[in-house]
Amino acid sequence: MSLAVYLNVIVAGILTGLVYGLMALGLSVIFGVVRIVNFAHGEMMSIAMYIAVVLFAAFHLDPLIMLVPIAAVMFVFGYLLQLSLINPFITRPEHSQFLLVVAIALIIVNTLLIIFGPDAQTIQTSYAYDSFLIGPVIIDASKAYAAAAAIVVTVALFAFFRFTLFGKAIRACADNYTGALVVGLDVKRFYALTFGIGAACVGAAGTMMSLITDVTPMLGPAYTLLAFVIVITGGLGSMAGALIGGVLIGLTEAIAGLLFTPSAKSMFSFGILVLVLLLRPQGILGKRAA
Amino acid sequence: MIARLADGASRRALGLLAAVFAALAIAPFVVNDYLLTVMIVALYLAYTGQAWNIMMGFAGQLSLGNAIYAGLGAYVAAVLFTRYGVAPWLGLLVAIPVTAACAAVIGFLAFRFGVAGVYFAILTIAFAEFARVGFDHLDFVHASAGLFLPVTQYTHDDLWRLRGNPTMFYYVILAATAVAFLLSRALLKSRIGYFWLAIREDEQAARAAGIDTFRYKMFALMISAAVTSFAGVFYAFFYNNLFPEQVFNITQSIEMILGPIIGGVGTLFGPVLGAFVLTGMAESVTSIMAALGFDLPGAKQVFYGICLLLVVVALPEGIWPPLARRLGIDRLGINKAGIDKDRR
Amino acid sequence: MTALLSLDRLSKRFRGLVAVDGVSFAVPEGAIFAVIGPNGAGKTTLFNMIAGAIAPDSGTVSFAGEDITGLAPDAVCRRGIARTFQLVRPFPALSLEDNVIVGALLRRTDVDAARVKARELLRRFDLFDRRHQPASSLTLPDRKRLEVMRALATEPKLLLLDEVVAGLRPTEVDRLVTVLRELNRDIGLTILLIEHVMRAVMALASRVVVLDHGTAIAEGEPHEVVRDPAVVQSYLGQSEVDIRVV
Repeated sequence: MSLAVYLNVIVAGILTGLVYGLMALGLSVIFGVVRIVNFAHGEMMSIAMYIAVVLFAAFHLDPLIMLVPIAAVMFVFGYLLQLSLINPFITRPEHSQFLLVVAIALIIVNTLLIIFGPDAQTIQTSYAYDSFLIGPVIIDASKAYAAAAAIVVTVALFAFFRFTLFGKAIRACADNYTGALVVGLDVKRFYALTFGIGAACVGAAGTMMSLITDVTPMLGPAYTLLAFVIVITGGLGSMAGALIGGVLIGLTEAIAGLLFTPSAKSMFSFGILVLVLLLRPQGILGKRAA
Repeated sequence: MIARLADGASRRALGLLAAVFAALAIAPFVVNDYLLTVMIVALYLAYTGQAWNIMMGFAGQLSLGNAIYAGLGAYVAAVLFTRYGVAPWLGLLVAIPVTAACAAVIGFLAFRFGVAGVYFAILTIAFAEFARVGFDHLDFVHASAGLFLPVTQYTHDDLWRLRGNPTMFYYVILAATAVAFLLSRALLKSRIGYFWLAIREDEQAARAAGIDTFRYKMFALMISAAVTSFAGVFYAFFYNNLFPEQVFNITQSIEMILGPIIGGVGTLFGPVLGAFVLTGMAESVTSIMAALGFDLPGAKQVFYGICLLLVVVALPEGIWPPLARRLGIDRLGINKAGIDKDRR
Repeated sequence: MTALLSLDRLSKRFRGLVAVDGVSFAVPEGAIFAVIGPNGAGKTTLFNMIAGAIAPDSGTVSFAGEDITGLAPDAVCRRGIARTFQLVRPFPALSLEDNVIVGALLRRTDVDAARVKARELLRRFDLFDRRHQPASSLTLPDRKRLEVMRALATEPKLLLLDEVVAGLRPTEVDRLVTVLRELNRDIGLTILLIEHVMRAVMALASRVVVLDHGTAIAEGEPHEVVRDPAVVQSYLGQSEVDIRVV
């Protein structure tokens, strides 16, 4: 195999990884503040993917244009989910929360299955087969657009976390949970908004993901796991860590797919997870608890 | 030993236990083949739930990847049987050390490096997924094509080779569930059980009380894994086929833990009760849907999910603890708070 | 008297902040020894280093003639040092009796024998009648007593008490003080306590070390120490610690 093949795969891996990073960012935000292990994260992403598929099939609306509206819909979804179902479970033990979220995930996956059937659906944009040639590297146009959009959204999010009061509160919570609670926020609303923002992240990521991969209902659980692998690799609670973890895992998957077989690629991301947990349990960018 | 096991249990509890066991023992004479299969599934989940409960309910270590232990048990016994003609009970003697060693590796990595709580749970999933994808590419066990055990019509039940009719399998899994129940109680009442509960309640305080928490958490994992491995052996010989995609799937792990959570984590009756409630719920949904003429893939799971949601919202401790209080057998040595052993 | 516990130039800093700075003292066998000092003086850090919860940056902890510096908390407890926590941490879902049994099982394998031991302690601390209640249902004073019982159940040679009477009413303080004195007298239990409540320190301690900003500024008999100008100064810097409650 020539160097160009490797380069192509590496670039593709990084681009996909950026979208993964955005997805994982949502999980990190939710866990950092609400302390809920959102086991329905990938399933929420599937919802966004299907919204994108439906809008494209019915009105030929490009996912790139629908990014913001779909993220907004997912924000509302997340907000309401937290307010109605999850909030009463905040003080419950972990396994109890887990069961609740598993039930939600089960309902989401299978509702999607009922509505859309088990077959894979794709979005055939006009640029689906376009690519850019930069030197020896061929870049898939869809992947490039998706990654670019993911970067834009991520930058916007970082600005939000850095410059708005609410964003700072979220960051503070992720950094130092009890400390931030003492400050006296309207916890219930704060949690709901945070969950909404996490859902919006995954909504945006799902919309972009629909550009670069087939959509099936059964993808949900796999994405949930992937999000966890990424977040732990990058460091729970670290926003930049989620991005770096995403890129790292995207890269690993791409290279493993090339060198071995694509179906075994998740083994390598799990391998990375195990390594990270052992060598640096707090994640690459995470801070060790005192 | 048996007298000791009954120690401290109230008469009511023993009566209830005897009644349930008697009902389960005569069930094959009463129910039809279909219902018998359903009950085998329920007992299988009761058994695996009991095993998970040792790790989570007693020692407080949340594993979401127990399918790896069942899967390893299944593959070890099935490979030994199909390739070398080794009977499953002898295969179990290999399966138990293999799975316990696997648990030891996971536990060592996690506990030595301070991986706890949610991180630990994810690590267990990661290992199970690792095994799933790995076995999917392992030609020695026919990879994703699946490993099949030879099936023929059996004129008589061969208990030693676990070849026979559903009724035989029913009694095997019933006996196993009873043994797991008694083992759990014996463990809970022993020194190790106290140490586990202490670790579950407050690990730092447990260490301050002199408990080598690393060691006892390792025991919890290894015992739970060893118990689970038999479930895998049973699975292999009951279903006669093994696909990595199925046996190591995370849905398997989740099914194993739903029973005890619904029944009551950390209780002895919880896993059994939860498994039957869960299986009953699933079956009634199926039959209701059949009666209504629905045939939507996924509809059953949605309804299932909703039922689950209602149970967790309405009964935070699970079904058993409030039920036990109702029946007046709370002080039994088997409730979560554990445990009266007042003997005078 | 020989020293049961001796600290030699024990130091610990957190991110540049010196919490404990070269503290040395020796606790004789059979003594009741108190560490006092204003908030933030490093008392709890010192305790955590003795109990193995924190490893010191430098210095050594010797117990019964052996170097135990840096041992894990459970290993320290098995050597014979039991502790209580400043913020009590009983096992909430377990009954009182089971809490104490957990401690008693350290030195015995038989649960029934551990129960006998636990009940003995429960009687001694007037909690026998409530032995079946879950620990989570107890009031703060009772939880503190439970912690002491659990620690005692491990049959320590040295008992570390971290502000065990703080938050108790005077009569409750006196009751606990009486039991501790009895234990000291009857079984020769050595006690090292951190205390804010001078009433307890004065009633219990035969010797006192005063910590301020991580260093030991005075050591001696309780009545000498409270008159030491440096000690008075460090307490006056603090507000409202009434040192003259004698």
